[in-house]
Amino acid sequence: MNLPVRLDEDGAAAPPRENGELAFSAPWESRLFGLTMALVEVGRLDWEAFRGRLIGGIAAWEATARDEEWSYWLRWQEALEDSLEAAGLVAAPEIDRLTGQFAARPHGHDHRHDRDHHHEHSMENDE
Amino acid sequence: MTADHRHGSDSPATRTEAIEALLVGKGLVKSAAVDALVERYEQDVGPLRGARVVAQAWTDPAFRARLLEDGMPAIRELGFGDNTDAHVARLVVKENTDSVHNLVVCTLCSCYPWAVLGLPPAWYKSPAYRSRAVREPRRLLAELGLDLSPDVEVRVWDSSAEVRYMVLPQRPEGTDGLGVEELTGLVTRDSMIGVERLQRTG
Repeated sequence: MNLPVRLDEDGAAAPPRENGELAFSAPWESRLFGLTMALVEVGRLDWEAFRGRLIGGIAAWEATARDEEWSYWLRWQEALEDSLEAAGLVAAPEIDRLTGQFAARPHGHDHRHDRDHHHEHSMENDE
Repeated sequence: MTADHRHGSDSPATRTEAIEALLVGKGLVKSAAVDALVERYEQDVGPLRGARVVAQAWTDPAFRARLLEDGMPAIRELGFGDNTDAHVARLVVKENTDSVHNLVVCTLCSCYPWAVLGLPPAWYKSPAYRSRAVREPRRLLAELGLDLSPDVEVRVWDSSAEVRYMVLPQRPEGTDGLGVEELTGLVTRDSMIGVERLQRTG
């Protein structure tokens, strides 16, 4: 039992749960969660600061009327990006750029096996 | 701090993939570590509260009596329970003795006293555990490494949405000198489900 943090179980910052289990509705959500916890574990991310950003982001979202559907994990993603930028680890433009590249990848069975397309997350050599 | 521009047309999945690729590329995380953490949280979070409750019961007979009488109010005495699952009407604590061994299961789904035990282990949700815990608990326990002598009665408690069960394991021998904090460290999740008996460890 060596988990980096104790998650909130109640309040706005508490992750969605079902019968006590973390409820992820898509793989990216659990991936995002795991990434965050991995950063906390190796001391690259301050959990309390992250949590503060998450709470702030949720409150800001709720204070604004919008059409957008509520997503806890989107708020988490924003809080992580803010934390990474604040820590000088990853800048927003880097994320924007790579997201654009990934989004432009050909999909499905007709994709080209070029160096930008990996089924696993192994982009270490992609600059 | 505002992030409105970010999620316009990007799918959050693609964006998460990009974040991971950048973090891995910078050597800040390893993808395998991410896998392991997700798995750990899904399977392993936080039986610490339950362990604390058990240690308190071992060292405080009056608390133990209250705990066995009605679980939730006693657990709230320790400062737990404010955040617990409001849908759970009752937490019933079953005490193991020399002659009775208790085992918790949820035959219908995977109801679990997560407020005190954290997230249920993956096997707790498996069809095999759920059916065999009732049909052949003694054999199941033996396979899980717990050989009970034939004169120990096995009682199986089937959880529901309204009632969750937790086992109060027997205090291991040779732990008389230990305080609550040290005792808490001895209590495992599995012992509070009832698939393990606590031993004194070195």
